[in-house]
Amino acid sequence: MTILGAADSGPSCYSRFVNEWFCWQYVEDRHEQITDALVEHVLITLAALVLGIAIALPLALLARRLPRLESAVLGFSTGVYTVPSLALLPLLVPFTGLSAATVVIGLGLYALTILVRALLDGLRSVPDDVREAARGLGYGSARMLTRIEMPLALPVVMAGLRVAAVSTIALTTVGTLVAYGGLGDLIAHGVARDFRAELMTAAVLCVVLAVVLDVVLVLLQRVLTPWTAGAR
Amino acid sequence: MELFADTWQYLIDPDSWTGAGGLVARLLEQLLLTATALVAAMLLGLPLALWLGHLGKGGFLAVNISNVGRAVPTFALLALLVAADWPGSEDFGPYGRAGLATLIALVLFALPPLITNGYVAMREVPSDVQEAADGMGMSPMQRFRRVELPLALPVIASGVRLALVQVWATATIAALVAGPGLGRIITEGFARNDYAQGMAGAVVVASVALVLELAAAAVQRAVDPMPRAPSPDRDEDLSVPSTTVAEAPTGS
Repeated sequence: MTILGAADSGPSCYSRFVNEWFCWQYVEDRHEQITDALVEHVLITLAALVLGIAIALPLALLARRLPRLESAVLGFSTGVYTVPSLALLPLLVPFTGLSAATVVIGLGLYALTILVRALLDGLRSVPDDVREAARGLGYGSARMLTRIEMPLALPVVMAGLRVAAVSTIALTTVGTLVAYGGLGDLIAHGVARDFRAELMTAAVLCVVLAVVLDVVLVLLQRVLTPWTAGAR
Repeated sequence: MELFADTWQYLIDPDSWTGAGGLVARLLEQLLLTATALVAAMLLGLPLALWLGHLGKGGFLAVNISNVGRAVPTFALLALLVAADWPGSEDFGPYGRAGLATLIALVLFALPPLITNGYVAMREVPSDVQEAADGMGMSPMQRFRRVELPLALPVIASGVRLALVQVWATATIAALVAGPGLGRIITEGFARNDYAQGMAGAVVVASVALVLELAAAAVQRAVDPMPRAPSPDRDEDLSVPSTTVAEAPTGS
């Protein structure tokens, strides 16, 4: 009965003969597969960003302490950023194999290059007289960093984090080379099978994801730096 | 590790360099794609960006185009172009399979850094210098050609350098849609579980990327009318926080 009913309404909009770009029927029928890819995409992106922050913070602090190290760190990060993502992932495969770790580490390295610069710029934007005032009030270097410098550096750092987050979402698709690309896997399958609905759905979701993450980070920044609200 | 030895074997084997689909052919194909796309994007984007910067209009467009470029995955755009009826995946002259689709994607992703940096470069010419030029009786055209353009050149050049990195990266990703270029060595290696070939392709792609970047940096230094000896990245202290405008990969 159901088969007859389906035949009445003609081929579905994602069948080979119709192959429409936008097809809600596809989203309904394959929603589990799409959700899985979406979750994988978000997890890989978040893991890469956390990894990037975890490495960038000590690196930036070290580079600030040792000026000679700063040019080395910036040189290294420019070098990493120059290597195309499709070439960086194979270079990691001997160490991490065909796993999600390869994608997370590769994308973490790209995020790192943006975040180290943002952290250095942010810390440099703290006015010297503020630092002196804090020192006069008896702040040691650790308390100065956490209570004075990091909060004041936050707007610049968050701007860097937004750039890193948006580009990491986009770059995650390339992870499909090692079969961990989140929505990129759907795009690759869509190209290989000339499956337009799948391809378009995944591409649109990527952009939506980037916008959503950007908005979340803007809201987070508002909460973390309430004193900038009036100025902007 | 055995994989490193195999990769080295692949790289020193003359057979992997010659022939159709060999490293040399793919390298030339990708260099041709990169040069064509970069020149086309410069011809399209720079006049617009410099003109807008000269007038001081359209800043919203110039800044936001970078954000849009970053949010759209290069792979997704390439995939859409290849799956569409036009430009599709047909061979396109010396540019190989899906050559036209690849070229369009490359130009589109080269435009944001060119336009943003071109605009910012013109806006950052100090206003007292512009006033001095007016005061000396220069026409707007003279002011543009003899005062604003030379002062803006380092930041424009830094935009071209970013665009070059972006175009090279995107040209590599074209292989994910079975397009032309060196990336094919990588994707074919992975598809056949020949990871040594994939590694070898990656080594060549990365090395050429670094060479191009160093060459672009040298050119950028050469066009700087006021080189300041100790600071190699002058463009960065000049401009808006570097991470927000100039630096940062778009979805490469």
